[in-house]
Amino acid sequence: MALTPLNDSMITGAQDYASIDNSISSMIIDQKRHTRPWFIMFTIGIMGTGLLGTAITWLLYQGVGIWGNNIPTAWAFDIVNFVWWIGIGHAGTLISAILLLLRQPWRNSINRFSEAMTIFAVMCAGMFPLLHTGRPWVAIYWLFPYTNIMGLWPQFRSPLMWDVFAVSTYFSVSLMFWYLGLVPDFATLRDQSKNRFARVLLAIVCMGWRGSQRHWHRYEQAYLILAGLSTPLVLSVHSIVSFDFASSVVPGWNVTVFPPYFVAGAVFAGFAMVLTFAIPIRKIYKLEDLITMRHIDWMAKITLATGLIVAYGYSLELFYAWYSGNPNEWDMTLLRRLTGPYSWAYTALIICNIVAPQAFWVPAWRQKLWLVMVVCQFVSVGMWLERFVIIPMSLTANYLPSANRMYYPTFWDFGMFLGTIGFFIMLMFLFIRFMPVINIFEVKDLLYKLLGHRDAQIAIKPVEVGAAVGGGE
Amino acid sequence: MSYSGPAEKGTFALVAEFTSAEALLEAAEKIGAEGYRETDAYTPFPVHGLSDAMRFHDVRMPWFIFCGGLIGGFTGYTLQWYTATIDYPLSVGGKPFNSLPSFFPVTFEATILFSALTAFICTFALNGLPKPYHPIFNTPGFQRATVDRFFFAIEKSDPKFDPEETRKFLEGLGAVAVSEVEN
Repeated sequence: MALTPLNDSMITGAQDYASIDNSISSMIIDQKRHTRPWFIMFTIGIMGTGLLGTAITWLLYQGVGIWGNNIPTAWAFDIVNFVWWIGIGHAGTLISAILLLLRQPWRNSINRFSEAMTIFAVMCAGMFPLLHTGRPWVAIYWLFPYTNIMGLWPQFRSPLMWDVFAVSTYFSVSLMFWYLGLVPDFATLRDQSKNRFARVLLAIVCMGWRGSQRHWHRYEQAYLILAGLSTPLVLSVHSIVSFDFASSVVPGWNVTVFPPYFVAGAVFAGFAMVLTFAIPIRKIYKLEDLITMRHIDWMAKITLATGLIVAYGYSLELFYAWYSGNPNEWDMTLLRRLTGPYSWAYTALIICNIVAPQAFWVPAWRQKLWLVMVVCQFVSVGMWLERFVIIPMSLTANYLPSANRMYYPTFWDFGMFLGTIGFFIMLMFLFIRFMPVINIFEVKDLLYKLLGHRDAQIAIKPVEVGAAVGGGE
Repeated sequence: MSYSGPAEKGTFALVAEFTSAEALLEAAEKIGAEGYRETDAYTPFPVHGLSDAMRFHDVRMPWFIFCGGLIGGFTGYTLQWYTATIDYPLSVGGKPFNSLPSFFPVTFEATILFSALTAFICTFALNGLPKPYHPIFNTPGFQRATVDRFFFAIEKSDPKFDPEETRKFLEGLGAVAVSEVEN
């Protein structure tokens, strides 16, 4: 083939355990590695967080009337953003848990920061439904089961309650999984850090980890079981999110294909976001040897595959609308999407989610980083539009035409959405600066496995590796 | 085994240092075959096969997690059943008070949450962490145990432990250094 040969490896360059350590931990130990790009991104993040703070303050002072929500469109940007953010988080769990169970060792170099992404995305997501209640501190009694003085209990038959449990469980489990993975890496950093304050702090957060085999043994048991638990969990979370819609009778929502199609869409958007962060970070921090072109290639392929599942979901949506024989379903799912007042959104959605990712069929294009970045932005926008088309748009026209009403977002709708993006960027860049962005011990494990399989085609120079690790002399 | 009780003076263990996981595995196999049981290896990443070589086996964790999951599922369902049928029965669309299908998601999530919490807590509890001090940290060069060196300790509490014999034995296994570590 005329294409440049793809670098078919998960770790490149002449590497030994110490050099892997060095390239990852120096991002924390040597704070001078964080130069202008970090400050620019962090400033953007801080500004977004400021906007978010302003939007929330004004919302709590004034009430949800500052948003464009109306009746019948009671669910709008808040729920769109909630679903979008939750979806973005799902790639992290897919990478860390499902790929672990499927024994895909290439996940080892990207799982840490996608898990971080999961946690931050769920934090952003959680804000929206809480703030949509207007006064979250008053809403607690119908969100959480506790013995309140009114003697009331939450309504467990409601998908919204399931959502509360699914999202809070998801956040807790992701956090535990993430922290468990960080413990041995904190120990590595503790042993490498020269700064006394940092050493003490790291010794505390690593719980005195000493790398004992007896500990590793139980650690791996727990880690594998947590992965096994996270796998059905992540599938359940977005399924339950989709129940919010699928279990209703609103035309455009009442579709049984929603759960699997929402999960695929979540992974689709999530991988686009992972790539959006991975590509610049590997460049700025020179991690090209650990996050290789092979990783980019694989992630692009997963994006394409999940994109095709999403496309299939769209076609099934149309099929069910026709097959149900319900004229309102047909009107909402096809006619209004193609010719109605929001047809621009549906057209843009098809271009972003179905047309744009097809670029990933071409191997050479999957290696053009700028192109991958552009496609990923299309996917992010497209997945947001998908939720916009499904959620507020379906509400604008119901069974009773006299109740139809357009929905227009306000400045504060956009303000809060952009604010959470800024908040997310801020957290991500703080994470990059103060925590190991790649799982150190798992990459070492990967290197050990790559070296153990001598027949594997790896681009590591055998002589240098032999001198560094293999020889034992 | 893990260190327990206040630090008494004297030898804690003889610690051999290796430069590769393969060398450590080989040595661990021989040490295990020799009959040493109060041993431990310290590695920067989990080396598969090492537990077997050390004749170490512990399957308590999965059972704990399983029980955690059972308790979680039971708690989740009972919570819904009690609130919906006994404490605050409310007829919604004529559905039965004990609406089994609607109670599945929360039961499921509670199962996952409790098992994950059990896994998380057990990892630390069974490993005796957090433990800020351990005599193994007195080993010269032990900072590299989390970077690129592999250590193997035969503890003094082992019945076969003999300061001279054990040291000679360890030195014959290809270790780059063997050191006596104090408590």
